[in-house]
Amino acid sequence: MILIVAEHSNGKLSKSTYEMTQAARDLGRDGQVTLLVLGSGVATVATQAALLADQVLVADLPVLGTYDPEVWAQAVAQIAREGEAHTVLIGGSRSGREYSPRVAVKLEAPLVEAAISLKFSDGTTVAEHYTLLARVVERVEAQAPTVVVSIHPGAFPPAPARPEAAEQYDVDLELPAPRVVVTQRNTIKSKRVALQDADVVVAGGRGLGSAEAYAQLVEGLADQLGAAVGATRAVVDAGWRPYSEQVGQTGKTVQPKLYLALGISGAVQHLSGMNKSKLVIAINRDREAPIFKIADYGIVGDVKEIVPAILETLKSNR
Amino acid sequence: MGLRILSVIRQVLDAEESVKIKDGMVDLSSSKLVLDTMDEYGLEEALRIRDVLPETEVVALAVGPARCEEALRTALAIGADRAVLVETAEALDVITVGNVVAQVARTEQSDLIFCGGQEADWDSQALGAAIAEYLNWPQLTWTTALDLEGRTLTGTHDVEEGTESFSVELPAIVTTQQGLCEPRYPTLPNIMKAKKKELRRDSFESFGVRSKLKFIRSEIQVKERMRRILDGKDGSAAAQQLVEFLRNETRVIG
Repeated sequence: MILIVAEHSNGKLSKSTYEMTQAARDLGRDGQVTLLVLGSGVATVATQAALLADQVLVADLPVLGTYDPEVWAQAVAQIAREGEAHTVLIGGSRSGREYSPRVAVKLEAPLVEAAISLKFSDGTTVAEHYTLLARVVERVEAQAPTVVVSIHPGAFPPAPARPEAAEQYDVDLELPAPRVVVTQRNTIKSKRVALQDADVVVAGGRGLGSAEAYAQLVEGLADQLGAAVGATRAVVDAGWRPYSEQVGQTGKTVQPKLYLALGISGAVQHLSGMNKSKLVIAINRDREAPIFKIADYGIVGDVKEIVPAILETLKSNR
Repeated sequence: MGLRILSVIRQVLDAEESVKIKDGMVDLSSSKLVLDTMDEYGLEEALRIRDVLPETEVVALAVGPARCEEALRTALAIGADRAVLVETAEALDVITVGNVVAQVARTEQSDLIFCGGQEADWDSQALGAAIAEYLNWPQLTWTTALDLEGRTLTGTHDVEEGTESFSVELPAIVTTQQGLCEPRYPTLPNIMKAKKKELRRDSFESFGVRSKLKFIRSEIQVKERMRRILDGKDGSAAAQQLVEFLRNETRVIG
């Protein structure tokens, strides 16, 4: 079987789960497409999953209420073994990238990280992924029949739901106790669309000058466009924005239909997190800024003058 | 006896250099290569522990081709006590490298391992977790602050939607990133001293592993961009044009 570990939050399947399902349907290898739902109080998530998969496995346990990499890896590896999964698909989220290597080691399987293509042909799994700060596409071939693959967010189209619901089965798991004690959680809940699920991202850099200007201009434009808010490493380091909004090598990788870069010069580490965006618009004072090399549309100018003018124009056109 | 810390390093293309491809493979032969900055933060944390607990030993480890010796010499010049190079010309996947590192850690009786959160060569975030699983150790990824008290490691790290404070007993694996600390530079006396420090070469064959992935082809993919760059001296005119562009080329606004 093809085992997909469903990603979900707030009682809803994440976009990444639909994308992984499409990757599984396109894989070209026999086997039931199986969605595994891990969590606590996940009945509604399982119902959504039933419209995507051939079968749904549900582990609804209090201990799965909070994520731990060792617990997750154990759960997934156990189900993969029992179901004789030949392909295990895991989300390319931070947590997915974190526990998927443990699953691969447990299954003695090769790991492909953040795959952007995945095919089974002539008896082997072939995949592509980015290397060298997302500047190179590397094609790899698994040297074993069982593979573990994390799927790059946005690389596959979301699979359409089916009219008929698949069977759901409860599963028993033997889970280890977490060894890392979490003493405090600072979760940032945004009222906006999640960064990785957004069609439009408005991101800002140091060029905004201050946290206040950032809130007014970047958030203001994001609200006008129904967009998610992103930030550069420098802005997060300066304490203007929370880490959860960071885009780039050490933050999130996004691939929206439109990425608006405001006051962002375009360090290679930032570009690696957004350079696959369908359309890039940049506003920056420095004509030589690297962001303009990957921009479809750009304005050389002061974001603090131009963005208020954009907001004004958008409002007067309504 | 003091703590034994392993600092895993990789030698990568300098971020300012452009990527070259030859015969379908990345060609680094004429490019500037550096010790990955992601790994420097872990080395710095190891040295800070040694600053406080002088009996601590810090070993730098690289798994890769002979040229990685340069990066190990840099690590020695920054302050590592000695270095180990598992030399192989073969391209290895991250799980296999994790297996080799875990075997070295067993031999070295390491208590704590640092490695970069995502190295700039293979864009992998998997090395820390792979080593941890082979050793059956806990892992802390993307740390932003660390404090060691006896054998209890506390700190903060980044998670999907925010941050967490944690506490864990050694042994443990920690992955590092920019912002964790300010790495020190090698000083001239330390560069001289580094030349005399031990650099051991372990035979790759003795680890009994082979790559789980075959690397078929690499290519540079550049997305075609329109690159319509305007002068924004007249802010309101530029804003008008941008809104027109949004209207005509996207469905973001009606």
